[in-house]
Amino acid sequence: MGIVKHTITNRPSTDALVVGFVAVVGGALLLDLLARFAAIEIPLLWGITFGGQTTLASFASLLWSGIVVGLIFGLAGIGLSMTYSILNFANFSHGDLLTTGAFTGWGAALLVAGWGLADVGYLLTVRAGSGPGPTEIGASIVSAPLAVAIGALVAASLTVAVALAIDRTVYKPMRDRGGIALLIASIGVALILRYVIQFIYGSRNRGITSTEGVRRDVLGVSVNLHDLTLVIIAVSLMVAMHLLLQRTKLGKAMRAMADNKDLALVTGIPTERVVQATWVLGAGLAGISGYLYVLERGTAEFNIGWFLLLFIFAAVILGGIGSIYGAIAGGLVIGLVHEVSLIWIPSDFNAAAAFAIMILVLLYRPEGIFAGVSTA
Amino acid sequence: MTGESGSGPESGGDPPGDGSIRAVFADMFGRIERSDVLIVATAMVAVYTLFMIFVLLRLGITTGTPNAIASAWRELTFLFAAYAMLALALNLHWGYTGLFNIGVAGFMAVGVYTMALLSTSPDAVSGQGLGLPLPIGVIGGMIAAALVGLVAAVPALRVRADYFAIVTLGLSEIIRLSLNSRTLSDWTRDRFGFATGGGSGIDLPARPTDALFDTAAGEALIDLFVVRIGGEEVTLVAASVIRRFTWALVMLGIMIGFYWLLRRIGYSPFGRVLKSIREDELVAQSLGKDTRIFKIKVFMLGCALMGLGGILWQGSQGFVSPDSFRPIVTFYVFVAVIIGGSGSNTGSVVGALFFVSLLFLAPRRIGGIVDARLDLIDAPGTFAGAADPLVSVFNAEPMLAYTIDNISALQFILLGIVLILIVQNRPDGIMGHRTETAAAVDLNRPNRGEEDE
Repeated sequence: MGIVKHTITNRPSTDALVVGFVAVVGGALLLDLLARFAAIEIPLLWGITFGGQTTLASFASLLWSGIVVGLIFGLAGIGLSMTYSILNFANFSHGDLLTTGAFTGWGAALLVAGWGLADVGYLLTVRAGSGPGPTEIGASIVSAPLAVAIGALVAASLTVAVALAIDRTVYKPMRDRGGIALLIASIGVALILRYVIQFIYGSRNRGITSTEGVRRDVLGVSVNLHDLTLVIIAVSLMVAMHLLLQRTKLGKAMRAMADNKDLALVTGIPTERVVQATWVLGAGLAGISGYLYVLERGTAEFNIGWFLLLFIFAAVILGGIGSIYGAIAGGLVIGLVHEVSLIWIPSDFNAAAAFAIMILVLLYRPEGIFAGVSTA
Repeated sequence: MTGESGSGPESGGDPPGDGSIRAVFADMFGRIERSDVLIVATAMVAVYTLFMIFVLLRLGITTGTPNAIASAWRELTFLFAAYAMLALALNLHWGYTGLFNIGVAGFMAVGVYTMALLSTSPDAVSGQGLGLPLPIGVIGGMIAAALVGLVAAVPALRVRADYFAIVTLGLSEIIRLSLNSRTLSDWTRDRFGFATGGGSGIDLPARPTDALFDTAAGEALIDLFVVRIGGEEVTLVAASVIRRFTWALVMLGIMIGFYWLLRRIGYSPFGRVLKSIREDELVAQSLGKDTRIFKIKVFMLGCALMGLGGILWQGSQGFVSPDSFRPIVTFYVFVAVIIGGSGSNTGSVVGALFFVSLLFLAPRRIGGIVDARLDLIDAPGTFAGAADPLVSVFNAEPMLAYTIDNISALQFILLGIVLILIVQNRPDGIMGHRTETAAAVDLNRPNRGEEDE
């Protein structure tokens, strides 16, 4: 079931073709980029030019935001990748788990940061309705680090609770069913989650974090501390996941189950418990990444997670489904493509570029670009 | 909605061909079991009655009631026909051939936008077309949708079903984002003289049926619904409703055409290969069928039908924007197919009817009735405002008012619950459990079965 079916295609020849294509396109873009740094511009056909004007600083800032967004994709992708390989289905409700984390977490963070400034309901529903603004409440890593930390914990734990409840009611009765039935059920779950969130928190796109004093000079470079927080938390969670999967018994059991479920069952691995652990880890990471995503962008609405879902899928597919290192690397690649591609294409197309890369990988290298390192 | 619908009297048969309506039906549909027509007809009568009751509950009997009923029926017919067409096309992909396509909205968008770019007049307010005649636009839209289907299908058909799903979803989002692009729109306008209008959408040619109402016959039809009550002229059904109802009926007719076409395909040798691909592709290959060619053909055909369905639906409203092609539309169509049961054409039609009426339109209607009849207090603006009195003084009224105010969110939640319940408990839908004979001749001829036993 979980094994990629190799149909009657001549893989080596397509591989060579794809590698050649990537090399040509990549080489052309690199040359173009160098030309842009040197401010050389040669007009070509139809108003398209070779080279142009891009400063090193703007390139570096795109690179940085690519890494920041990429870490979100990667962190969320770990959970998606784990459910994909252990439960054998593409979970379309994963994006809405991010939204769940974002709203529950920021509800708690605002409650702590803005205690006494407004009534509890207003703060818990993440500024639904009218009341003090984000700057007044002052939820930022500078003015209320404790609130942000509590919010992250609440985001993780409530998302885990929601995911476990969903697993119990929706997926558990369907364990022996095929991937498509589970996929359809997950679409149902996604709709329920998204619109319960809309029902409770309202559909308004609202500002949440305060950005006052967040931009600081660190070692001579101006850095947004929210971005920095995100990078630190994301990287440490990724390292923790690596240690957990490689060093603990649970990690070994999960890898065994991803590899061969029947064999795992025969060996005496409590598969049902492993499934629960998968949800705990996957949903916890999803909740935190949704929370961190809002920390970075400062605003949230009820469908942010859904909009992220395809990017997360792209990251997971790029890295090879089932591999968490693949998900992280894929997330970084997709994040960088999403941001750095802005040099060449208008901003209405950078999302499309990321999706196009996902489709191409699915078609020509369904085992992911880092095939062979599948480790849970 | 249980299983008995399928075990209908499929074998009970009168001799056909005595010139009655029934014989005409038999002529038209060939081998359709009469029970299927009966199922759809019964469901339609039930649903249309229900919607009449909704209007009566809301308005009572006034001079405005007939118009409100006609308007409700118009909406119902329009959406029913639209979703039934798309569900039938999707059933060809998924039910017949097992191709899990969740990019329906994208193929619709290709059809509608190609039609618009070909047929919208060059001096439209938003967007810009070439101003070609409408039939060219419609055919062009279908061809374009089929070609995009070809481009997607050739490489994508060899990947697993769930990968195929993600590929099609990604493709439909790429299509939507491209149509949404202002840069692309400006570029094609300067270079080729047509433009999608980007996020602000594109104007569309008028419905072909509207021309009818400029003639004497059309005016007579409108006058038919103006009556004199006590020396006063009362318009029972407004002209605008009649105009749009006429179009909805045309769509219903085309939907029946879809049904007939897919029925024919299903019973043809081509259709039998499709079903064998769904059941076991290896067997079909072993029997010497090039299943890839079959899949590509059927994918293109289904995409063309999705394009046409999109044109008749989204393309008939004078204006369209990329927002009409969000992935949620695809999921709606899926829900319709799943309710009806994938693999059954009749199921797709009935599923579309139930989806549109009970899941899509009814919640809003019921919300409207509660709102109009119960005379609730003003709804609180937020959930917190509604929950507070419920918790502190056990006053449920603000929560009820808030719920009614946010009925559209509840509708999606209901949709999700129904989707999960069906997949869990009745994955075959209402009618998917029926075994469809693959034989070209009717194996259920009267009396035949009994003799065999």
